[in-house]
Amino acid sequence: MSDLLAARSQMGISLAFHIVFAVVGIAMPLMMVVAERRWQVTGHEIYLDLAKRWSRGTAILFAVGAVSGTVLSFELGLLWPGFMRFAGAIIGMPFSLEGFAFFTEAIFLGVYLYGWDRVPPPAHLGAGLIVAASGALSGIFVVIANAWMNAPAGFVLVHGQAVNVDPIAAMANSAALEQTLHMTLAAYAATGFAVAGVHAFLLLRDPDNAFHRRALTIALMVGAPAAVLQPLSGDFAARHLAVHQPVKLAAAEALFETQSGAPLTIGGWPDVEKRATRFAIEIPRGLSLLAFHDPGAEVKGLDAVPRNEWPNITAVHLSFQVMVGIGTYLALVALWAGWLTWRGADLAHARWLLRAVALATPMGFIAVEAGWMVTELGRQPWVIYGVLRTADAVTPMPGLIVPFLTFTLLYGFLAVIVAWLLYRQIVRSPAVPEWRGFYMPRGGMRDAGGVT
Amino acid sequence: MSLADLLAGIVFVALNAYALLGGADYGGGVWGLLAGGPRKQRQQELIAEAMGPVWEANHVWLILALVLLFTCFPPAFARLGIVLHIPLSLVLIGIVLRGSAFTFWRYGGAAGEKGRRWGVLFAVASLITPLLLGTAAGAIASGRLGQEARGEGGVGFYAGYVAPWLTPFALSVGVFALVAFAFLAGVYLTLEAEDAELQEDFRRRALGSGVALFCAALLVLVLSLGGAPLVREGLIFAPAALPLHLLTATTAVTALAALGYRRYRLARLLAAVQVSLILWGWALSQYPYILPPDLTIAAAAAPRATLRLVLGALALGAVVLLPSLFYLFRIFKGRDVRHQTSDIRRQT
Ligand code: HDD
Ligand code: HEM
Ligand code: HEM
Repeated sequence: MSDLLAARSQMGISLAFHIVFAVVGIAMPLMMVVAERRWQVTGHEIYLDLAKRWSRGTAILFAVGAVSGTVLSFELGLLWPGFMRFAGAIIGMPFSLEGFAFFTEAIFLGVYLYGWDRVPPPAHLGAGLIVAASGALSGIFVVIANAWMNAPAGFVLVHGQAVNVDPIAAMANSAALEQTLHMTLAAYAATGFAVAGVHAFLLLRDPDNAFHRRALTIALMVGAPAAVLQPLSGDFAARHLAVHQPVKLAAAEALFETQSGAPLTIGGWPDVEKRATRFAIEIPRGLSLLAFHDPGAEVKGLDAVPRNEWPNITAVHLSFQVMVGIGTYLALVALWAGWLTWRGADLAHARWLLRAVALATPMGFIAVEAGWMVTELGRQPWVIYGVLRTADAVTPMPGLIVPFLTFTLLYGFLAVIVAWLLYRQIVRSPAVPEWRGFYMPRGGMRDAGGVT
Repeated sequence: MSLADLLAGIVFVALNAYALLGGADYGGGVWGLLAGGPRKQRQQELIAEAMGPVWEANHVWLILALVLLFTCFPPAFARLGIVLHIPLSLVLIGIVLRGSAFTFWRYGGAAGEKGRRWGVLFAVASLITPLLLGTAAGAIASGRLGQEARGEGGVGFYAGYVAPWLTPFALSVGVFALVAFAFLAGVYLTLEAEDAELQEDFRRRALGSGVALFCAALLVLVLSLGGAPLVREGLIFAPAALPLHLLTATTAVTALAALGYRRYRLARLLAAVQVSLILWGWALSQYPYILPPDLTIAAAAAPRATLRLVLGALALGAVVLLPSLFYLFRIFKGRDVRHQTSDIRRQT
């Protein structure tokens, strides 16, 4: 394994690990706040119990998110000093703002997790709201930085040096809106469906458990609208690619030749040598229609750039298929749940819907990972699209395989433990007989809260 | 003072805050490891309770220093990442293990033997991380991170990536950091303790580590004679050196005296001032260099447009941040915490 490949792999592993916790950190506080608010409005202790149980699991995920994020901040310099030397002054701004968002998030997370009986209820709810908002903001800032790598702006390149640096223009780059919108929705869709899926699974075994019914409702309230909007925002992102990063779109669609009225390729296995995609379903003119809203439009293919500037076509195409497939599935399930609710049906007894939701548990997260593979692998060989090659950004330090393996082991270890802790958390919850049947009026029963 | 100097100063303020707050969290872990005697269990509980609500916020000071560094001084960040790759990677492993072990221990719900194992991992990581962090700082101060130190120039792996930080001086700074953090934690914990016995436990520990800190500082100073020319010039021969030393020494002695007389609030203040003075002594000694011997603050600075925006963002951020931090510490570290809590209970 070359040093460059080791560095790329280490960065990829670190980000793929962090994003799971980041996504949870964005969406979970919102769900806890909704549950807590319902407790305050309705006085039903069951909602308080729910908020406390969720916050217990979230505390673990938050801590792992914070430490893995710290690793990333250092890795920008440890692995990509060439990138930071060039980009720090231009794109450090959103990272600095992100720093403040982290700060507010960490402060009010402390208040939220440890302050259940130290601050009055409205202040507690307020702290939760601030955590939810600053979590979303920190995600938005860092994705703005990533969008700049895809659509660099805010500087002029003179002999390889950036001059006339304008950090505001860099933040206002053309990919920022598409990507932040898509990513934020992804966080709510993925977390919402993951939580809904767990409770749907438990409801299949115990349909009268009031605890899981309410959990399912809240999780779907957060996840379903996002899942419905996600294909729309994905289309928005793809149309941006068609204009600004045609090679990435061509790789995602496995479109080898530039053509007018390009077909939409669904599935299939790209054969890079033969420049063809086998076993795929083709919808004539579909891609031109989607990318430019014009069935005859010309779409650039991979032949537009020399072969040594192609990303890994197979990985990008397959990742894209996975994301779009899951996006379609989640949107359909969300619409189905919405339709049943609108008809006044009881979701807890709609067994087929529950099965479909339970099946979706890991899907949002898989889509998030796949989407990032499209974005990051599809940008290769560039770290800053069209400006700086990944190979020129990497550290001169030799032997990078050692840190790569070390961090991979470390993350593997953490992943196993976190999974085990969450599993115990979940297995434990339905054992609460109190919440079978219906809820208790406020104060009518001893506090069954989980946080001590 | 130029804009770049101002921002370098702010980066250092963030580092200072990290040392005083995050550093004490490491120190707490060290005392957890060294807990003993009849009140071992209660000592560990106290440490964990004191850290619980604040450690994530304390940790963010490091992130803030880091992002400000790479935004305002990108070449310095890039060079640190290259030359100090090994110690910084190890610091990261320490940070990851410490943070997650702490949370698994407190939130994982594993009782008894299993829970205690996380506690041990947390404590060991708290011991090693400050050592390495201090070593990295020592390597910077020693002025061995010059352009020629890089492995590229054919100097070989050891000369390029190990020799710059594996020096007696840098390691002594590591030891100094560890002892300083333990000292801070010991002093702070006297105020966290709710009963006199625990308070005495930590008072004794604080006194002991205060003396150890003095020895460690002496060691650093002696090794700087051969190991860190700039620090040597700045800390021993510069005109400002003597008053600074006198001030630091006075603070140190008063802090110990305050501990002796059980004036804990005063001791906490003085301990924090003492550690800050030492840090600023280092910063001043290597001014105007950000990475001695050849990279100055001015040469490493980002374009003015960036610096001005960051300064604006800092001003805005401080307006949000400082009251929030104040609120956090008032809730969990305030004098009448228990009093307030019972008030709230009564209201609801
Ligand atoms: C729940 C997760 C999820 C779902 C259901 C979808 N996506 Fe997505 N997608 C992401 C999660 C995601 C992501 C992980 O969040 C990415 C990576 C970078 C980004 O900003 O968002 C992403 C990137 C991404 C990109 C690349 C953007 C770029 O590189 O600039 C495109 C073109 C799409 N998506 C398109 C779609 C389409 C057409 C979908 C339709 C069904 C879809 N996505 C569903
Ligand atoms: C959290 C979601 C993300 C995931 C899963 C992800 C994934 C990856 C992967 C797989 C690579 C290796 C690509 C390759 O070299 O083939 C990579 C590289 C990289 N990513 Fe990301 N990425 C994410 C977000 C970001 C963000 C938000 C930024 C920056 C602001 C970023 C900056 C980088 C950099 C600097 C590299 C190294 C250079 C390169 O390979 O192009 N990434 N990422
Ligand atoms: C190069 C890329 C990235 C870097 C350098 C980075 C850095 C960090 C750091 C330092 C933290 C810890 C903050 C704390 O101590 O509280 C963190 C946490 C977080 N990050 Fe990232 N991050 C990156 C990618 C992302 C992406 C792509 C997202 C989301 C879209 C994201 C969202 C978050 C969120 C929401 C948190 C809060 C903590 C949590 O929820 O676990 N980050 N990140």
